[in-house]
Amino acid sequence: MLYIECPWCGFRDDEEFHYGGEAHIQRPTDPNELNDEEFSEYLYLKSNPKGVILERWLHSRGCRRWFNVLRNTVTNEITEIYPIDTLPNSKEGTEYYGQNWRRKSSVEKTIKPREYK
Amino acid sequence: MNKQLFRVKDLGQVDRSKPLRFKFDGKFFVGYRGDTLASALLANGIHLVGRSFKYHRPRGILSAGAEEPNALVQVGEGNGTDPNTRATQIKLEDGLIVKSQNRWPSLLLDLGYINNLLHRLLPAGFYYKTFMWPSSWWMRYEYWIRRIAGLGEAPKGADPDRYEKTHAHCDVLIVGGGPAGLSAALAAGKTGARVVLVDEQDSFGGSLNSNTDCTVDEHTTLDWRKRTLAILEGMPEVILLNRTVATGYYDHNFLTLLETVSPGQQNQSEYKTRQRLWKIRAKRVVLATGALERPLVFKDNDRPGIMLSASMRAYLNQYGVSPGNRVLLFTNNDDAYRTAISLKENNIPIAGIVDLREDPTGELVDRIRHEGIALYPGYAIVSTTGHLRIKSVRIMKLNDDGTKVIGNAKDITCDCIGMSGGWNPTVHLFSQSGGKLEWDDKFERFLPKIANQPLISIGACNGTQSLSDCLKDGLKAGAESARATNNKGRAPGTPRVVESKCNDERAIWIIPRENSYKKNGKYFVDFQNDVTASDISLAAREGYRSVEHLKRYTTMGMGTDQGKTSNVTALAILGETLGTTAPNIGHTTFRPPYTPATIGAYAGRNVGALFDPIRTTAMHEHHEEFGAKFEHVSQWMRAWYYPKPNETMQQTINREVKAARDSIGLLDASTLGKIDIKGLDAAEFLNRIYTNSWLKLAPGKARYGLMLKEDGMVMDDGVTTHLNSNHYHMTTTTGGAASVLDWLEEWHQTEWPDLDVYFTSVTEHWAVASICGPNCRSLLAELAPELDLSDEAFPFMTVKEGDVAGIAARIFRISFTGELSFEINVPRRYGLALWQALIEKGEKYDICPYGTEAMHVLRAEKGFIIVGQETDGTVTPHDLGMDWIVSKTKHDFIGKRALSRSDMLKSDRKQLVGLLNENENEVIPEGSQIVEMLQPSPPMAMIGHITSSYYSPNCNRSIAMALIKGGKARIGKTLHIPLKNKTIKVKVTDTLFLDKNKELTDG
Repeated sequence: MLYIECPWCGFRDDEEFHYGGEAHIQRPTDPNELNDEEFSEYLYLKSNPKGVILERWLHSRGCRRWFNVLRNTVTNEITEIYPIDTLPNSKEGTEYYGQNWRRKSSVEKTIKPREYK
Repeated sequence: MNKQLFRVKDLGQVDRSKPLRFKFDGKFFVGYRGDTLASALLANGIHLVGRSFKYHRPRGILSAGAEEPNALVQVGEGNGTDPNTRATQIKLEDGLIVKSQNRWPSLLLDLGYINNLLHRLLPAGFYYKTFMWPSSWWMRYEYWIRRIAGLGEAPKGADPDRYEKTHAHCDVLIVGGGPAGLSAALAAGKTGARVVLVDEQDSFGGSLNSNTDCTVDEHTTLDWRKRTLAILEGMPEVILLNRTVATGYYDHNFLTLLETVSPGQQNQSEYKTRQRLWKIRAKRVVLATGALERPLVFKDNDRPGIMLSASMRAYLNQYGVSPGNRVLLFTNNDDAYRTAISLKENNIPIAGIVDLREDPTGELVDRIRHEGIALYPGYAIVSTTGHLRIKSVRIMKLNDDGTKVIGNAKDITCDCIGMSGGWNPTVHLFSQSGGKLEWDDKFERFLPKIANQPLISIGACNGTQSLSDCLKDGLKAGAESARATNNKGRAPGTPRVVESKCNDERAIWIIPRENSYKKNGKYFVDFQNDVTASDISLAAREGYRSVEHLKRYTTMGMGTDQGKTSNVTALAILGETLGTTAPNIGHTTFRPPYTPATIGAYAGRNVGALFDPIRTTAMHEHHEEFGAKFEHVSQWMRAWYYPKPNETMQQTINREVKAARDSIGLLDASTLGKIDIKGLDAAEFLNRIYTNSWLKLAPGKARYGLMLKEDGMVMDDGVTTHLNSNHYHMTTTTGGAASVLDWLEEWHQTEWPDLDVYFTSVTEHWAVASICGPNCRSLLAELAPELDLSDEAFPFMTVKEGDVAGIAARIFRISFTGELSFEINVPRRYGLALWQALIEKGEKYDICPYGTEAMHVLRAEKGFIIVGQETDGTVTPHDLGMDWIVSKTKHDFIGKRALSRSDMLKSDRKQLVGLLNENENEVIPEGSQIVEMLQPSPPMAMIGHITSSYYSPNCNRSIAMALIKGGKARIGKTLHIPLKNKTIKVKVTDTLFLDKNKELTDG
């Protein structure tokens, strides 16, 4: 059972949280501009890396806030927790974010970049 | 009748002043406090305790610990009985009742033993090869297989015992209370760290209890153990848990510990807890789980009386039990010599030591030679005799490479064999934690290599053999772990240990046969599952080369012991067969629990009424008084229907449904989800979430809305009302309340944090009474004289605030029945008062409370959907024929883009239609499959299913809704519903069954 540090409440058992899937999949600015294949990519295609992943968690039985987590899918080690509307700070998080296939996808090019704090 | 002929005088730690009577297979025996069931049976000379799983061979007690594969017994009687319990881990209690398993009619005469004679017909994969055909016979086969190949019996009723769960945090959790674990606890405890030390046995000490041939700081091992425990007990931050198994090692140093609080005390007191499940989060874990001795694989190595050498030593030194009257030892290492010395010291006759090694040396060997005990170096046991107990063995000399036996055979009589094939470190928890194992060639074993979590493995589970190293490592690990958790202190000095040195071993995985052409006799590897060396070779030859396949094909390593004594041996044999080595084979996955755990312990107190919380409305008390039947809708208890005396359910529903359209019906609608939405951008937010338009909804007005997931599928529906500027009241389905709130929060927090909007769940804040029917306006007028309820002043889909029965209320003129209807919301604490006022004043109109079943019929008559009944996550608004609610002018909303994906535009999507049964009085079962082309028997192509089906008293006939492929195009056509005993013919219609001319438009 994971031990997750909610940025607002501190360390809690994972039964207080809901998993929210891959982080940084921004909703297309105008979905109507995408063809079926592109829209399916936004809707259905998820990264499934062995190693570092950036993902969203919700402290559903606590403060009900969403936040981002850097987790290693092999060891389950959590090395960074950062606010939902920001990018990762750590070296491995920044690297993973930059090298993720989504950064090169045509879908993301149509998205007006989020102004991360 | 306290015979205990095999109890050795003045030896061991059992309390001889406390005799305990217990019953085994109907006969009474006596043991002492401090015994396990196994040691008490052995003290009474009983080795034979069970029959094997497949061949029903007589089996004896093999070990003294958690690894026991043979001595599985049924403990207790009635519903508290516990099958497949290891006799080696049952603490003896007065009055304990135990039965042996898998034998009929008795342990001594078991008719299932015929399987042993038929063994040639029962090779590896026997079930898979034999019971394949005809497939229709499987149910018959299964009945007999379960009778013959079985373990204990599961109780029939609910478990009467009480179980608890507890949560804990600690700095250092130490698993295993042997020398390494105890010294780790000592060092960590001295720093003031919060320490938890667990051991699966009743008494701490592990090998200190049986290896009494060493001294620690001039104390006996027992004295050192006693002193150390006394120190630990004096430390306020140290928790000692005996009879506690660390069953699972999960992520982030989370472990489950199963503590047996009162074994064998089932049913004695309802206030007594039987087991307690600890869920513990440790900053650091120290694994000191020890090692398990390996049996040797020789011909007929499973006879009762053959046991592990160190276990034999434990029974002798810890429990004061002699294993027999003439003991033979069979070993490939020095450890069995220690057993021999202990036996010799207690004057128990030794038939000899058969050692696989050509030239054993060292102080232990010298001592044996000096004592004049017969030693057979370079020999092996090639066969054994004795049906219910070992009688004799035949030994022969091994050749140089150990592949053959040569020379003349020699027969030795004995009634007991202590065998030792080396040691397997107990790496189960380490491996569960995600740690990587490494093969150690020298001692042929897996050792912990790379840890995945903050833990240290010490002692025998880390491959450490000598007591002094175990103590040293323990002290170091304890101190280091404590320091890592911000406790300060140094490890105490290492004690001086006097012990004998143990040397190398010689691994011969299968002892060669006496006559290579004669293939009789069995070489057991996995005792519990009756897997032999030849089964493993056969499986490998048949292509099951992966260890995971081997396991599933032969059942090797399955069962209650999970191959604790057999896995490594089996891997080595598989490796030999495949011409490779064990490390290349790998190992099967170690999974929790380490030893079998009672499901009751995991359920804890969350059973019966405490299984799931129950939510009731403010009016619940009244529903109960009214004799309502209830149904569970998510966690809510909702009134289902209110039967009058001598009414059938259908009569009640008909009466309620009629009343709602003829006069007044009254529904408790409090369970609907309610979300209070505020903020400058509330309208914009709703506009993005719902499919229809929300920007121009004036204050005081309400609107029905449909929410889609981003994939275009219907997620929830409800009415949302604009109360006043930037303040909205959203309703959701009863079951969807929590997920809709999550949904709103998710979009707001993750995608549109720039929108100024706030959500608050107010489901519990409001009690809601919904009145409907032609007379409901008159009733409300009586209770709310100050309100103008006319159509002009209070039109459909609006809200008003005012007093109802003197209670400040929000009244919504909305309808789920198609009738004139008001939903009166009052603060929860006034809910019952409002309800009673409505009943009282409504009496003259024959006001009729109706339940959820009537509500379903009423809405179905009007073709209104229920999300979750007409929808299942694969249904779009268009499939439901609700195109009218999907805005064509809005540029975007959640789910919009998906609605134009190519799959959504297909004409053969399942669409919602109405169905009319040819037989007007017959209600089609919900969920029935619908076919177009009827065939005499299945298979038939199914084109859809019934989603809702009722008898409608207002239509005077049965009605149904269904999702059918290309349904809209089939309106007017006839379809068929094949049921088990008959076929129903139905006509496809639209979904509006009542009020076809839409006169009830105002709702």
